Amino acid sequence: MVTQAEMDGEIAAIGAAYESAVSAGGAEETQPRLDYPPYRSSLLRHPTKDLHHADPEGVELWAPAFGHRDVGTLEADLTIQHGGEPIGERTVVTGRVLDGDGRPVRRQLVEIWQANAGGRYIHKRDQHPAAIDPNFTGVGRCLTDDDGTYRFTTIKPGPYPWKNHRNAWRPAHIHFSMFGTEFTQRMVTQMYFPGDPLFALDPIYQSIVDPRARERLVATYDHDITQHEWATGYRWDIVLTGAHRTLMEPEEEHA
Amino acid sequence: MSRAPGDLTPTAGQTVGPFFHYALPYPGDSELVPPGRADAVRLHGVVRDGAGDPVPDALLEIWQADPSGAIAQEPGSLRRDGFTFTGWGRAATDATGHYSFSTVTPGATGPGQAPFVAVTVFARGLLNRLFTRAYLPGDLDGDTLLASVAEDRRHTLVAVADEQGYRFDIRLQGEGETVFLRHPRH
Ligand SMILES: [Fe+3]
Repeated sequence: MVTQAEMDGEIAAIGAAYESAVSAGGAEETQPRLDYPPYRSSLLRHPTKDLHHADPEGVELWAPAFGHRDVGTLEADLTIQHGGEPIGERTVVTGRVLDGDGRPVRRQLVEIWQANAGGRYIHKRDQHPAAIDPNFTGVGRCLTDDDGTYRFTTIKPGPYPWKNHRNAWRPAHIHFSMFGTEFTQRMVTQMYFPGDPLFALDPIYQSIVDPRARERLVATYDHDITQHEWATGYRWDIVLTGAHRTLMEPEEEHA
Repeated sequence: MSRAPGDLTPTAGQTVGPFFHYALPYPGDSELVPPGRADAVRLHGVVRDGAGDPVPDALLEIWQADPSGAIAQEPGSLRRDGFTFTGWGRAATDATGHYSFSTVTPGATGPGQAPFVAVTVFARGLLNRLFTRAYLPGDLDGDTLLASVAEDRRHTLVAVADEQGYRFDIRLQGEGETVFLRHPRH
């Protein structure tokens, strides 16, 4: 198992190669690399062939619809799912889901899951010897409103160790799952908290080799969201990849 | 500031990780129609990695038209009533890398378009989701996408008929690697 120092060297070498490629006129990479050897589990799980260009058609130009039949309003509050108050820093996380043209993604499903304040998931595979909180499961859902806004009340998750390399720790994060207005906008990502000392050490965060693209995953502390004697507040906006339907429809009319 | 005002660069994806099982799967997730209904078919297969080993911690989602080619815009995928076809479903792979959906055979959504099931793949170790298509076996000669794929890889996009419906295996890497798709504006 490699040490953190050896891991840091691998991460730095890839980062430096990217920086020099960009300064030589190479393209900015806004998504994670699929082939990112510092994240060991990716070695056998990334495609080796280039992704094949496809113009979306049929169902790909539409997304599934979700409604209040699917998601109850209480599911957006992860702190009230049990009999008592969960342990940790109560926090509100809110923001907007936009498409690549800046339009709000309305009445669409957002799902989150996360560790508890001690960095422990309610998952049989999580062996981290931190306490399970009987008052916190760490799963939430909501629908965006007409402005594309989502809003969750939760507990700030703790960092947790994993087995990628010796003394590997994930920065605190909330897993997010979003749908757009088209199938091709589907995305799953992770939201991070500002100023985490583990950012530089984490191969999953660093798999996004562009520093600005990484920073877009970091929420902003927002005192206007913070609630008096109740919860801290963070804002995190999400932009999905560009839509196609509005581009494709005029073409079809001419066909 | 995490995102400059007016910056509309797409947010980066990240891996679904190892701990999605208690959050994303839900009762009935993989049953777009109840199994056993007269027109129900099974769409299933195994997800394998570059060594050919099954991937027991992958998650698949499918999105498809109904048999007439209509695209559903009905809610209800998360709380299925057994009657409303929503066109969308989700299935985690089991310990043997196997996934299974109960669905119906999609129809063509337009003239000259071959019917297919749109598929999204997530997994621990996969840093961003992958898109692909599962075409139905049959006459696919006229399909634009398939025609653009090298002949020796085309079969990775076509399901195989079996007794209950269709088999669609996914190979993330290596021999028989599935053709994964990139869309414009991504
Ligand atoms: Fe996690």
